Amino acid sequence: MLKSLHAKHSDLSKTEKQLEILSNGIFKDGSLPTFADKIKAVNAFPLQPKKIEILQLNVGYMCNQVCAHCHVDAGPDRKEIMTVETMQQCLDVIKNTGVHTLDLTGGAPEMNPNFRWFVEQASLLGVQDFIVRSNLTIILANKKYHDLPEFFAKHNVHVISSLPFYKKEKTDKQRGDGVFDQSIKALQMLNKVGYGKAGSNLKLDLVYNPSGAFLPTDQKALEHDFKKALKEDFDIVFHSLFAITNLPISRFLDYLIASDNYDDYMYALVEAFNPSAVANVMCTNTISVSWDGWLYDCDFNQMLGLKVATKERHISQYNEENLSKRNIIISQHCYGCTAGAGSSCQGAVV
Amino acid sequence: MDKTYYDPADLKKFGKISDWNAELGDKFFDYYGKVFEEGSLSAREKSLIALAVSHTVQCPYCIDAYTGDGLKRGITKEEMMEAVHVAAAIRGGATLVHSVQMMNKYDKLSM
Ligand code: SF4
Ligand code: SF4
Repeated sequence: MLKSLHAKHSDLSKTEKQLEILSNGIFKDGSLPTFADKIKAVNAFPLQPKKIEILQLNVGYMCNQVCAHCHVDAGPDRKEIMTVETMQQCLDVIKNTGVHTLDLTGGAPEMNPNFRWFVEQASLLGVQDFIVRSNLTIILANKKYHDLPEFFAKHNVHVISSLPFYKKEKTDKQRGDGVFDQSIKALQMLNKVGYGKAGSNLKLDLVYNPSGAFLPTDQKALEHDFKKALKEDFDIVFHSLFAITNLPISRFLDYLIASDNYDDYMYALVEAFNPSAVANVMCTNTISVSWDGWLYDCDFNQMLGLKVATKERHISQYNEENLSKRNIIISQHCYGCTAGAGSSCQGAVV
Repeated sequence: MDKTYYDPADLKKFGKISDWNAELGDKFFDYYGKVFEEGSLSAREKSLIALAVSHTVQCPYCIDAYTGDGLKRGITKEEMMEAVHVAAAIRGGATLVHSVQMMNKYDKLSM
């Protein structure tokens, strides 16, 4: 079984090592422009937020899967878990600010022992969109999770789940043996309680990310293929498909280097740079909170240990005004958000 | 330094052919772009055709490019290999069908 970089004591589990790779190599010798150079050329430097609308909470790095591309380096060996105290601080922020979307991620967020308590509390706050990023297999991983579809439905949670492909081979290669069959079962369970049906307000969206060193193609075309295949083969329905680009950090970076694809992948990202994606990268309307309450521009910066550039950097000191005026911290991984049609947690941005 | 006829890095320089003749180069790339747009055939079908043809013209750059393009489009390896077999079948068939000419000539020249 694949292990997290953390469990393997890999050099790449250190954020400094990843940042060093991102700033050196082909970027150091000038073969490729840095992301800062590139956005300077389109007058988008420094990158700044528009309005903070989304709070993304990473409630822990523990996961029942160990996907080959995971940018969180999550896995069963990761013990980082958000406490009730930090969750309460997040609830206070939602209550007192203009945040309209709450986005729970992990790891497998459901593995946080306070997960259900948090969902119950947060659903009372009446945010417009309450997202849980579920990896699907968690629903079948243990009896105690079997009722998650009903629990999600009861609290009107918007379920977003990743399914790398509508065929077994590619999905299992990226996410582990047996993941495809279990994901299919979980999707059928979600459909059964009303998720994903046309006209249903129980939203079920899927996330596609390439299973290898290539960029995603047109989101609409992929959605069409996914819908057709899942309906025909398994009678599964869902609302939208989000195509996400793999960012060159953590386990995906490890894979790129080990497979000798790093330079070509960075080249492809830079070549696909789309200036019109810059205005809509997700850090322009999102704040990411880590399991221990620190604030980041996005989940990727969180994994690189790059905290927000404001005086107040912890959820307990959340200062909307200062956060809205901050400069977003960027590095070469940001090319992943601006390649082609752009990429965010909600898929393409242009 | 390794000396080989093909360097994978040259594929990235394809656009540079316009440097020495912008008019014809640009016309070619306009045409090329148009050909691969969604049309009566889907862009996905065109990608598979391009992959098969790449094998017949034995262009390593095109093979790399359209294998990558196919992966992006979610074309499976089974579909890719079938496309290559179509190319191989046409190529093999085209060789073999000429044997009719050989047979005709042989018969004509023979007593
Ligand atoms: S399911 Fe998600 S969080 Fe868990 S290992 Fe896979 S990519 Fe990472
Ligand atoms: S990686 Fe994060 S900081 Fe960089 S552009 Fe993407 S969302 Fe913004």
